[in-house]
Parts: sequence; C-alpha cells; structure tokens
Amino acid sequence: MTVHGGVGQSIKRKEDARFVRGKGNYVDDVKLPGMLYLDIVRSPYAHARIRSINIEKALKVPGVLAVIRGKDLEAANLAWMPTLMSDKQMVLPVERVMYQSQEVAAVVADSRYAAADGVVAVEVDYEPLPVVVDPMKALEPGAPILRPDRKEQTNRIWHWEVGDREGTDKALKESDVVVKENLYIPRIHVSSIETCGCVASFDAMGKLTVWMTTQAPHAIRTVFALVAGLPEQKIRIISPDIGGGFGGKVPVYPGYVLAVVAALKTGHPVKWIEDRSENIQADSFARDYHISAEIGATRDGKLTALRVKTIADHGYTDAAANPSKFPAGLFHIVTGSYPFEKAHVEVDGVYTNKPPGGIAYRCSFRVTEAAFTIERIVDSLARKLGMDPAEFRMKNFIPPEAFPFKSALGWEYDSGNYQGALRKAMDIVDYDALRKEQAEKRKRGELMGIGISSFTEIVGAGPSHTFDILGLKMFDSCEIRIHPTGKAIARFGTKSQGQGHETTYAQILAEELGISSEDIAIEEGDTDTAPYGLGTYASRSTPTAGAAASIAARKIRDKAQKIAAHLLEVSPDDLEWKDHKFQVKGVPDKAKTMAEIAFAAYTNHPPGMEAGLEAVDYYDPPNLTYPFGSYICVVDIDKETGEVKIRRFVAVDDCGTIINPMIVEGQIHGGLTMGLAPALLEEIHYDENGNMLGGSFMDYLLPTAVETPKWETAKTTTPSPHHPIGAKGVGESATVGAPAAIVNAVVDALAHLGVTHIDIPITPWKVWKILHEKRAA
Amino acid sequence: MVLTEMTSAGDEETGPFMNVHVTVNGAPRSATVETRTLLVHFLRENLSLTGTHIGCDTTNCGACTILLDGKAVKSCTILAVQADGRELRTVEGLETDGKLHPIQEGFIEEHGLQCGFCTPGMMMCSVALLQKNPHPTEEQIRRAISGNLCRCTGYVNIVKAIQHAANKMAGPSGGGRP
Ligand code: FES
Ligand code: FES
Repeated sequence: MTVHGGVGQSIKRKEDARFVRGKGNYVDDVKLPGMLYLDIVRSPYAHARIRSINIEKALKVPGVLAVIRGKDLEAANLAWMPTLMSDKQMVLPVERVMYQSQEVAAVVADSRYAAADGVVAVEVDYEPLPVVVDPMKALEPGAPILRPDRKEQTNRIWHWEVGDREGTDKALKESDVVVKENLYIPRIHVSSIETCGCVASFDAMGKLTVWMTTQAPHAIRTVFALVAGLPEQKIRIISPDIGGGFGGKVPVYPGYVLAVVAALKTGHPVKWIEDRSENIQADSFARDYHISAEIGATRDGKLTALRVKTIADHGYTDAAANPSKFPAGLFHIVTGSYPFEKAHVEVDGVYTNKPPGGIAYRCSFRVTEAAFTIERIVDSLARKLGMDPAEFRMKNFIPPEAFPFKSALGWEYDSGNYQGALRKAMDIVDYDALRKEQAEKRKRGELMGIGISSFTEIVGAGPSHTFDILGLKMFDSCEIRIHPTGKAIARFGTKSQGQGHETTYAQILAEELGISSEDIAIEEGDTDTAPYGLGTYASRSTPTAGAAASIAARKIRDKAQKIAAHLLEVSPDDLEWKDHKFQVKGVPDKAKTMAEIAFAAYTNHPPGMEAGLEAVDYYDPPNLTYPFGSYICVVDIDKETGEVKIRRFVAVDDCGTIINPMIVEGQIHGGLTMGLAPALLEEIHYDENGNMLGGSFMDYLLPTAVETPKWETAKTTTPSPHHPIGAKGVGESATVGAPAAIVNAVVDALAHLGVTHIDIPITPWKVWKILHEKRAA
Repeated sequence: MVLTEMTSAGDEETGPFMNVHVTVNGAPRSATVETRTLLVHFLRENLSLTGTHIGCDTTNCGACTILLDGKAVKSCTILAVQADGRELRTVEGLETDGKLHPIQEGFIEEHGLQCGFCTPGMMMCSVALLQKNPHPTEEQIRRAISGNLCRCTGYVNIVKAIQHAANKMAGPSGGGRP
C-alpha cells in the first residue's frame, strides 16, 4: 500500500502555490516601518591607496542620514572580518582597495534613490598602485606583495598536495603513452536571478533580526555572534524564499555587515539589496583554476597514473567556501571513475587583485574542476591511443563489483555502475549510428562531434571526523512534531533555494510515518525555530538532512510502536510496521495508524511514558555519497561562423533512490544548463589593469531559452548503501558532468585538424579562428 | 560614522513629484512619486505588489515583465509617470475568482519553476505571447521568452508549461481567456 506523496512519486510541489501567485516572500519583499536603505560606494581601481574619503557633500544630499567608512568600523574592530577559510576580508577598507568594485563606503538614506544619490556624492581620492592580475606573475620574484599584513611575504596563500608523488612520477615514466594538457577553467559567477541582500532590524530589547539571502542561516548566526560579539540568543537569522543560490549565497558579504551596523547606529531597520552589476563584480566568483594534467596508459589502453598541478586564483583573500581541511575543496576526486593505482595532485592558492571567492557554482567544492580535468584528459588519451572514447572508458571504469572502492587519493566511493550508465546513454543516442554519420560527414567536409563525459560526483558533506566549516561539524538536522490529529510539522537545518524541500522532505516523512505528505508542513530558514544545521549547498540536503528526516521519523516510530502496543493490548514485539501502520503480526486488521497513535500520545499514552510524539535527529553521515552519470553530447559546427550547435544531449544520471522523479529531472535540466553556460558562454575576464570585462548581464551571458537545447534525460538507480533510504543527492551532478561532454564533442569535431583542446568558453570566435588557422573553413 | 538629523530629509528638497494614476489588475490605483521612479519600484513599493521582481540593472533578465496596455514590457525600464492613465496587469492579476490562469496551472503541472524568482515575469511574457499567437511552435516559444532569464530550470519545462497553457486555452470549447 502506498502512502499519498511517498518516496518515488512525482507529486506537484507545495511551494508552487505561492510562487505562481506572486506571493513568494523574498528578502526585497520585506518591508518594515521606518526602514532605511543602504547603498555602497565602490572602487573604480583594482589596487589603490585611499588618500581621503570626503562625505560632506553626500551628507547634504536630501534623504541621506549617514555615511559609513572603514575608519568608523575600525573603532568597533569591524573593519575586517574572517573568511570561511581562516583568512581575513575587509568589510570596508581603511588604507587600500584590493579589487575593482570593492566596497569603499556605505550610504544610508530614507529611500533607495536618495541612497544612490548619496553614493555619487561621496568623494574618494585614490592613489593607484601596481595591479597583479595574472596569478603566474603574482608568484614571480619581485611581484608586488598584495598582503603585507601576513607573516609570509609572498602571494602564495598555501601549497597543498595529496597522493603519492614519487610513485606517480615513476608510473608515468614507465607508461607507454603519456598525454599532457593545460586546461584553464575560467572565473565565472553563479548569478542567481535574485541578487544578494538583507534587512537588518534591532528590537527594543536589543535583539537583532536579519532577513537575509543565505543558504546557511545557522552558521551565519554563529559567525555574527563571534565576529560582532553579540550574544547568540539575541540574533535571529531568517532566510525567507531564496531566488536561487548555487553557492553564491554561502559567504558573508560586506553589505550584510554594513546593514547590521547601520541598523545599530540609526536605530532603524536597514535594507541592502545589491544591483546585478554589483553582484557580478563583487560577490564571490567560482573556478579560476589553471590546471596542468598528465595521464599515462599502457599501449593496450590501460590507465596507469595521473598527475595534476594547479594554480588557483583566489583574488585578494582566500574566501573560498570549503570544508576547513580542504583548501582546494574536494578537487582530489580528480581520479574520477577510474581505478588509478597512482595519482598525485598539488594546488597552489594565489592572491591577485580580484574579488575574493572560490565558491562553488552549483557544485560540491571543486568537483566540477576535477570532473572536467579527468573527463577531458581521458578523451585526449583515448585519441592518442587511437581508441574510441566510449570503448576506452568501458575498458577502464571501476567495475561494479569493486564497490565500495577506495580511490588512489583516499576517497571511499559508496556504490556505482559506470558501465551501466554509459551503455544506457549510448543506446539512447544510438552511438554507433552517430559515429557512422560523423565519418560520412567528415568526408564531405562537414563538422560534427560526439562527446562523452562519465563523471563521478562527491556530495553530502560530510562525516564529522573530516568535515567542518570554521570548526562547525557538517551534520544536519530534522525535528518532527506530530500533532494530536495526526498532522505534522518538521523543521530542518537546511534551506531550499528552489530545490523543492517543502515537497521532498514531506515525501520522505510520509513514507517513514504513513502520513500523507499533504499533512506534513516543512519549515526551514528561521534560526529561532529550526534545529541547528549547516545549510544547503554541495548537494548535501538529501544526504544529510534528508537522512536526518528518516532517522528522526524512525525514532518516532519506536515510540509509536509502544503506544500502539498499549492500544492493542499486545507486547510491542508482537507488532510489525507494515503498509504504513503498526499491525499485529499475522493479523492485518488488528492495526493502528499513525493518526490513531498520535491522538493517543496526547490523550491516552501508556502509564510511565512521556506524553507527545516528537523527535529530533542530528545526522552525522558515515561517508559522502557518490552520484554519477554518463552524458553524450552531439554538436554540429557552422564552418562559416564558428558557432557550435548542440544537436542532442543525452544525460543518464544515477543519484541512488529518487524521492520525486519530477523534481530530480528538473534539477538535472537546470544543472545541464549551468554546465552549458561555462562551456560555451560565460567568463569573467580582466584586463591588465584589473578592470573587469563583462560585469553586467550585457556582457556576462547567461544561457537563454534560445541557446539551451532540449535536454534528454534518463536514469539508472544504484542506491547508496549507507544512506537510510539509499538517496545520494542530485542538484549539481549535471553542472559537474556537462562541460566535459560539450568540450569533448567540439574537440571531436575538430580532432582531424589536430585540435586536442580548446579552453572554455568555446565561443564562435575561438572556433572560427581555429578553422582559419587550420585553413578548414 | 556621521549621522545627520533625521528630519533633514525634506520632501521639498528632492526632485519633482507627480501623481500617477493607473489601473492595475482592473482596479484604479494612484500614488505620488518622484518623477524618476521606475515603474517596477512604483508597483513594488508604492502599491505593495511585490510579485513583480527585479533581477538586473540592464534590461536583460525580464524578472520585472508585466503587461502595459496588454503588451509585455520590462517595468524596470519604464518610468512610473509613463504609465500614467494606462492599464497594467501583473502576476497578482492572473488568478481570477479563485481560479488559476492556465499559465499558472501550466507552470505547476509541468514543473516550470524552481526558485520562483523568474516565474512572474516568465508567465507575463507567456501570456502576452499566447494573446498574439495562441498556437506557438516550440521555436516561437523559445524566441518569445529569450528576454527572460531563468537560472534554475533549463527552460525545457517552461516551454512545456507554455504549451500546456496554450492547449488549455484552446480547450474543447476553443477560445479560452487571454
Ligand atoms: S529587472 Fe532585469 S529586465 Fe527588468
Ligand atoms: S525558477 Fe529560479 S530563476 Fe527561474
């Protein structure tokens, strides 16, 4: 018997009822009496000394009430704040600006427009300083030291390595074939359609409430308590409806802190909402990895070893959002879907005059960089060996029977069937027919390419023995209360930004408790009511909080079993949980539903037992989960314009047990589009003076409905053995897997011209230039 | 930090004001605003119709799309005073007598939304399309919404949502409502 809205059903989303009516409650919709507005003065220079900031004219602008400068904050010890990676970041500069569009001062006024007028009237006198844009040059001797405040007088932030250096060197030396590629994964920006912002308000008792675009409200509360010295019970963070996050709403940006300071100083609620251009120019970026990878194989095509060196451009401070122990995130998942015996990875973090960051872009801590590297270079190696890239992968995959599999760089993959996923994708796309078509087209001089990416994800951070952020262990939580009438409310430490938690969490609980999902309210995002958790990013909600939901529900079932036994006058051992109720073994009509049990829990509970039916679980996952998939992309290239047209894109994903197939498919569609984006369109580039080229939606090109193909999706299901319902998480898989499939397809189309790699984004201009250089157009 | 007197913000010192009268979702509404006020701010702040969103500052995203005299416009790129005397329709006006508009049903049924931030603009743009072209092809739909960005859905289900609404509005009785 199925329960309404249980696991595996494509029920419609609960949250849609308000969104389609325009009744969502996003941060900019919050309006409080007497609310003021904050706007920010930003630096036109990438590196400059601030000689003076004159605010007199600004204070005369009608409606302007206050101007905040770095020196005002310094007095309260708030000019700097810590980053998540134990570096430090300016709220407002006292001496120097370090990147173009950096916050320089804040203007508070009684309207948005007056605040903007005030920003224009602030006069800042800058003395430009030498700018460091290129991270390679930043490491050269004699380069200006960007962070003289640090003990180490170098622009190298850290060096990190993992794996067997000597063993890898030796294995590569002994390999019959070695291929090397330099891959640059450019700086990009998540650009959720809602920008960042907040409303900060103190009540008469000195309690601070901040409505805030944050993916991790509890962690933010603790950070605010530690940084600002406010007692934590007097801080309430509310993350209302969030218009997309993708990692960009994990960090604490200066604007948030400035709004709180302004609210404290003026005694009024203060709203700060950034413009899109500010959002792109100053909020955390993603990627910016300069990768050099070498891979070896035997003559007959068996992989031997992998060596990866990377320069990571972090901007002026390391404000990456990574677990504390991993300065390069989970980049060492770079051995991907293959059983390398030897591998070595080293990464150097570098300071430059660019905005800080190193956040994910819909991915789990640098796994996209890793998946792109391995899937790109495996393709190059197959080509060098003269093998078909599908055949080469099939030959080298970790076999299904090898799971749980320990990778050369230390991860324990929970489950997988890589051959199964690739086989399915090949069948759907009719791989052999495509190869034939390609051969014929090539004879006619037409450019067609087929690209494969068989990626392994690593999500659900993470086990407390290894994973923390600023010391906070990366568990997550669920608290359930069942009401006397058998309806329920459950609260979580995570925060949906469009993933549909109100629907899917209710489905897990419906399945576990035998209550219709319609009768279960889900709440997240209010730190005064929700249990503590580390928030939603890195596809962690289902693996952590989703697991907590199951376990908390099972705790409720334990108590419910005793109540049912009391009601049925049998021993609890005589009962079994079957068809979503407790029944006497072998006597199906002697049974109690959860609604009956709940009523008894408040009206007729067994003597000696506490009343009520509630449970909470803080779930510490025993391992990460490893979703995977195989994607095949087919492209046609216009020889006249260099334009790449995606003709087909087949995505076979395996995210373990699926809670809501409709939502999973939607996540994959969105993820694929954010995989297409950096592959073909998006890039944040700087000129030699550190001017950002492409700091608005005019030049930073998000895919529209016209560039986005009609995605084709399919699935295999390999449950996670350690997750209570076998789910793995899916929000980001497609963003991780798609770029390599697209680039591999383009390179495949041009391979006969000697092309082995093209850096992303593959613009028509880049392709056109290649075609002209090779005289192929 | 320097604070000026709270009282210094005198209305008479800021730019010229104008009384703007519009019909929104069938009801007359008016407010006095600075002449430079954008229509989207007028709707959101003066009329408290926060369903219309703001996603950019360069007229690229379409989150602010509404109908002005039946035509889809980006309300971030029009001044409130330019809408004086005209008829506006926003997402809040799609549902009538407690019944969802077919486009709203389409977005729910086909999972055409995730975070919901682009959704109001996307739906208003779609309503304008279906008024002009009740039976659009997929290609025509994709072109029509190409000025509306969605970061979450990958558009496939948005296209289906619009097709769903088109079918529904054609309906067994034909016609349907605009
Ligand atoms: S707000 Fe982006 S187009 Fe109007
Ligand atoms: S649903 Fe999030 S931007 Fe479209």
